[in-house]
Amino acid sequence: MSNDLFGDLRDLYQDVILDHGRKPRNFRRLDDATLTARGDNPMCGDRMELFLKTAPDGAIQDAAFQGRGCAIAMASASLMTETVKGKTPAQAKEMGEKFRALAMTGTCPDCGAEIADDMERLAPLSGVHEFPSRVKCATLAWHTLNAALDGAKEASSE
Amino acid sequence: MDTHVAAVPLDLAAIRADFPILSERIRGKPFTFLDSGASAQKPRQVIGAMVRMMETAYANVHRGAYRMSEQATEAYEAARGAVARFLNAGDEREIVFTKSSTEAINLVAHSYGRGVMKPGQAVVISEMEHHANLVPWQMLRDAHGIELRVCRVTDAGELDLDDLAAKLRDGRVGLVAITHMSNVLGTVTPAERIASMAHEAGAKVLFDGSQAAVHRHVDVQALDADFYCFTGHKLYGPTGIGVLYAKAELLNAMPPFLGGGDMISEVTFERSVWAPIPAKFEAGTPPIVEAIGLHAAIDYVTAIGMNAIEVHERALVDRAMAKLPRIEGLTLLGRAQDRGGVFAFALDTAHAHDVATLLDRAGIAVRSGRHCAEPLHARFNVESTCRASFGLYTTPEEVDLLAEALTQAREFFR
Repeated sequence: MSNDLFGDLRDLYQDVILDHGRKPRNFRRLDDATLTARGDNPMCGDRMELFLKTAPDGAIQDAAFQGRGCAIAMASASLMTETVKGKTPAQAKEMGEKFRALAMTGTCPDCGAEIADDMERLAPLSGVHEFPSRVKCATLAWHTLNAALDGAKEASSE
Repeated sequence: MDTHVAAVPLDLAAIRADFPILSERIRGKPFTFLDSGASAQKPRQVIGAMVRMMETAYANVHRGAYRMSEQATEAYEAARGAVARFLNAGDEREIVFTKSSTEAINLVAHSYGRGVMKPGQAVVISEMEHHANLVPWQMLRDAHGIELRVCRVTDAGELDLDDLAAKLRDGRVGLVAITHMSNVLGTVTPAERIASMAHEAGAKVLFDGSQAAVHRHVDVQALDADFYCFTGHKLYGPTGIGVLYAKAELLNAMPPFLGGGDMISEVTFERSVWAPIPAKFEAGTPPIVEAIGLHAAIDYVTAIGMNAIEVHERALVDRAMAKLPRIEGLTLLGRAQDRGGVFAFALDTAHAHDVATLLDRAGIAVRSGRHCAEPLHARFNVESTCRASFGLYTTPEEVDLLAEALTQAREFFR
């Protein structure tokens, strides 16, 4: 993915991001969702609706989303829905915090062994830290997740 | 406008050498700046004039009885004179300095809207307004019982003059506030026609010239504009200074916008007497150094010649119109007959932000998003666009590079 005009693009647009951006996973409505929230970056035009189906104990049984946005926002939402399935709300929120650190700094020094596998799945998005104006694209899905878990209806990462 | 002067090509190399920032490199690549519509770069002449003023001639204005303050006041007022000549205003007192076009429009919405217009009257704007020429009128509507009417834009991105006539028909419109050039579609609106239609219907007219005044010679008397505003930083001048032109009779009839020092002629604890125009509308210490910078910017573009700038930019527009629409999968917003160097577009395979990030890798700076015109994007049913906008320093080769980079960007995201 090297190009004379654009240089090396792998730092931001890794194959997994392009793949998830073009074909987002869990891209559907959940008709039996127990929690939903909308995420909106009004300045950019990224917008999404997140659906969570939670068990009586609060655990996330299913996660899905719909929306429009850039490849980074779509890939991040897609990867997030894959990652949070089976997590408790507290685990999902902690993962969101770790992800925001990863997106802003490119590394996650506090990421312990117990979440290493999940963070590895999200790692392709770490390249956004070199593009400050794009960090909010990557974090929108996680802000929306927090809003859904907190019972808020709307989130924005701007 | 003097159209008889033969078009002398601009000495682009010399012009570009006046702008130090254009020799910067982005990741080792030449800096291709195609975001002048958001804010233009500054020539040495402007930078130098501001530095010189601060180093040798700075003091507050209209206050000191000492030589330095008198000099600063003369320089500040000379800037007003330069703006008056630039717009061909009949009287220097018709030029009010603000901090931006946005503030100029807010001034009119407040002082003319609330001070002169009556509840039940209407303001007409258009679908292609920048938020700066939309939100102040929504605020006026909600605070003062003014109806807000939005004139349609055709699919080609031109003002629908039949709809404007319909919106004016009942005679209740007090003000028509329309852009002179769209910051998204590039459309230059028929300002003279709009002004005469407004006046026939008994309405005043305001033009948001933030984009237009940079690209063409503006003559407020020929347009018969009641209000005209533009901003310094898009005209190769500094941020923090904008201009409101208004006919003297209107300024005289309007109450002040902001209260404070410099806008009064007499103050007691009981009451104040407003200063004559334009001081009545310039409360507080004004943007002094910025006014000197704007004066230098006006001298700079005037020396090159607004007609020469227009001819140069028209060639760039023709080149872009020959190249951009041919790019497969590219949708260009607006195909107005009369247009300037602003192009908003979307690619079918990629979101505007992804395109902008890729272009940035090639050293090309464009804006992405909705460009402070969210309702217009909704009108054209696009989520967001990239926008390339040209300045007097833009080269044909930069237009070619943009087209090439877009072609490759589309491939990359396929």
